[in-house]
Amino acid sequence: MATKTEDYLGKTDYKVVGTRPIRHDGTDKVTGRAIYGADVRMSGLLYGKVLRSPHAHARIKSIDVSKAEQHPGVKSIITVADLPLQEDRIAELGEGAANLTHLRANVLADDKVLYHGHAVAAVAATSLNAAEEALHLIDVDYEELEPVLDVRKAMESDAPLLIENQTTSSMGEDTGTKSNVSTHFQHKLGDAEAAFAAADIVVEREFDTATVHQGYIETHNATGHWSTDGTVTVWCSTQGSFTVREQVAQLLDLSVSRVKVVPTEIGGGFGGKIRVYLEPLAAVLSKKTGRPVQLVMTREEVLQATGPTAGSYIRCKMGAKKDGKLVAAEAYLAYESGGFPGAWAAPGSMCIFAPYDIENVTIDGYEVLVNKPQTMAYRAPGATNAAFASETVIDEICEKLGTDPLEFRLANSSKEGTRRADGPVFPRIGHEECLKAALNHPHYKSKLEGPNRGRGVASGFWFNVGLKSSAAASVNTDGTVSLVEGSTDIGGTRTSIAMQLAEVLGIPAEDVKPSVVDTDSVGYTDVTGGSRTTFATGWAAYEAAQDIQRQTIGRAAKLWEISEEDVTCEEGVYRSKSDPSKSMSFKELAGKLDDTGGPLVGRAAVDPAGVGGAFATMIVDVEIDEETGKIQILRATLCQDVGKAIHPSYVEGQMQGGVAQGIGWAINEEYFYNADGRLANGSLLDYRMPTALDLPLLETEIVEVPNPGHPYGVRGVGEVPIIPPPAAVANAVYQAIGTRMEVLPMSPARILEALWAKGNGKS
Amino acid sequence: MARKTHVTTTINGEETQFLCEPRNTLLEVLRDDLDLTGSKEGCGNGNCGACSVILNGRVVDSCLVLAVETEGADVQTIEGVATPEGLHPLQQKFLEHAALQCGICTPGFIVAAKALLDREPNPSEERIRLWLAGNLCRCTGYDKIIRAVMDAAETMETA
Repeated sequence: MATKTEDYLGKTDYKVVGTRPIRHDGTDKVTGRAIYGADVRMSGLLYGKVLRSPHAHARIKSIDVSKAEQHPGVKSIITVADLPLQEDRIAELGEGAANLTHLRANVLADDKVLYHGHAVAAVAATSLNAAEEALHLIDVDYEELEPVLDVRKAMESDAPLLIENQTTSSMGEDTGTKSNVSTHFQHKLGDAEAAFAAADIVVEREFDTATVHQGYIETHNATGHWSTDGTVTVWCSTQGSFTVREQVAQLLDLSVSRVKVVPTEIGGGFGGKIRVYLEPLAAVLSKKTGRPVQLVMTREEVLQATGPTAGSYIRCKMGAKKDGKLVAAEAYLAYESGGFPGAWAAPGSMCIFAPYDIENVTIDGYEVLVNKPQTMAYRAPGATNAAFASETVIDEICEKLGTDPLEFRLANSSKEGTRRADGPVFPRIGHEECLKAALNHPHYKSKLEGPNRGRGVASGFWFNVGLKSSAAASVNTDGTVSLVEGSTDIGGTRTSIAMQLAEVLGIPAEDVKPSVVDTDSVGYTDVTGGSRTTFATGWAAYEAAQDIQRQTIGRAAKLWEISEEDVTCEEGVYRSKSDPSKSMSFKELAGKLDDTGGPLVGRAAVDPAGVGGAFATMIVDVEIDEETGKIQILRATLCQDVGKAIHPSYVEGQMQGGVAQGIGWAINEEYFYNADGRLANGSLLDYRMPTALDLPLLETEIVEVPNPGHPYGVRGVGEVPIIPPPAAVANAVYQAIGTRMEVLPMSPARILEALWAKGNGKS
Repeated sequence: MARKTHVTTTINGEETQFLCEPRNTLLEVLRDDLDLTGSKEGCGNGNCGACSVILNGRVVDSCLVLAVETEGADVQTIEGVATPEGLHPLQQKFLEHAALQCGICTPGFIVAAKALLDREPNPSEERIRLWLAGNLCRCTGYDKIIRAVMDAAETMETA
């Protein structure tokens, strides 16, 4: 497997890459025929439901299921006692890892419940109604404990402890100190203290960001069937069928080959559909009943009990010289992990100052337990919170210097060779190109006039990941190619992967038939996450096509009775170098497979190292309604370095979707917990995500600075677009009303408070 | 268990009979009894629009309609939008504009947009945004959906 940085082909005259074919799974998805997890039907199916904790923090004294077991429809009831005990060991999830003791206690609570909605027991019954009725018959005796919901309060030495034996690991060393702070780490570059002392302008602010949810429209689901031969099959909507296989196998003490995961179509994930919740329950309930069992979450369960992303408290300080050079930066990032230790301050700290070449940096990160659901990745996890802080502080420095905020960023931009505070040195990156695209964009050149209006800009960085992917492709005698892959398709990746195979073979994208298959039918493939799918699984498809081409050249040689060295192949046309009269297309050659040796299969497994970091810069215009405090988004533009856009429509779609989520995070989305720790807004009415009416058309400027670490220059596009919006909107709000917003979301109430504090607005 | 009620209704132009409990929603009957799983449940309380169907000419959230209420009604679901001859222009334009990513909200959007275009063949962007405000999409930021609906309206006007 080649992972050299010189793999980038440097071509621009592609036939398939860069075009916009209709996605292969499109017709099924516009006609309602596509099968998602909750659409799985099978004979003898039982329906499962989960009993959830009404308390945010409590000790479970006893669980009595005897009355529920008497319900005529009930077939089985399970608690944590039905899951094998786990040692403290780590399972790899693909984008993050899990401690199995914690994973088990999250799937079904052990001795304590740690958040409102924490699963306590699960029921399988002959109907959904019977399962729901049975939940009311389970008696759980709780000893309520004081909840802790605020990240800073949870860090105090006298805070109630969620996990009693939790100690703080600092810089990789166990301090032995019992605390809700599971992890502290520090990144250091140069001497920030001395550089601040020498700086002409220093700005420091504190920021709070709310807990927010990924908000995929499809709720979590799982259908399990435990066969009497000792194997278990799980159908589910997941970002990674292999990580589900791994987690289910580990939790149930099975070897991985005894678990088959069939990924259905998936209705959105954004990082939230990687950890298992229902899958092990469906498997165990099926084992106990001998029948397939299906569990589907309600929306309230999704909001209460699946991973939202971390709320945070961030202190950010940056210093510059009068000449506009950023010389020092310091950040303190405290992120909520939820009920179990998590890992989002780490990526946040890797990204917070990454867009800029700053010689003196100190970053301290803290992971903190609070009585909320265990947090999960959400599109560039950790980075959006961080950029809200740093990009707001930079805006204020620009204001004090009287400098254009894009020109300032350009003058201080990271480039090839810049060292990030957490260590890596950047290869070829495209932040400068994004900033230049923004400076030259008609949006930035346009005038914004009128009261209570403002324009803001912000940049964001996300490192992207590579990880492992496999693909196999078989040539059909009609000249098409059937491609099987393991990356679940959340946004058109069947097509962006198939296109890379088609480009090599010189066939149209439509002549590839891509299928996402189960864990028994393709080699190991990591999650659809980390902006890796078009990059890494696309690379696997590229390599599988190369494998096919090596063989088709052999077949042509055999057919023409010449040596393989005498055969060339360009854009799907095979020729003899020595005899120009000999030529045939891929399709013609495919028609002769039976005469040249029979079936032809290409395959590849990759673990590419040449990941290309992604940057994006946003411009946004807002108008503030003085009476309601509502922020109206007037115009929004994102300039993003994508490396190479394989399918530009789906690249634009990722950019627009990320911007929309970032705007929701900026202006409205927020978990509301009552003082007792109960989630008060567990519905899509009260957890309000942007509607079509809240957004304008979203302008996209695709910047292409090819990633030298990929054959077509792909960087990965999914995550970085969510990062700039909150800071860009905050900077626009400042231009509109003159207040620096330090809390997310900038909800109407918070905007009104800001207006009233200035004596503006109408009360 | 409550006694089941017999209901006769027209679904996608076909007379359909089913038995349901009084508490069953139309969405439950469509999905669980009639195997019409194209209508999706995203929230179960009328906030996401993934279960949109056209009931007697009006777009409704089928999770908020009791199945027993549909006696004698005319119901159109996503499964009835395309014909054996081909896709509806809205479906075609959703594909051409890449107006779907994960696709879970797509049936609801297409049904809701069809209800709009059935009564208003040439809506403005603002009108489309208002009409579709009851349908949540988390993937696209709505941009390509709005463009697809506008393009479909134009195509149908000139057809």
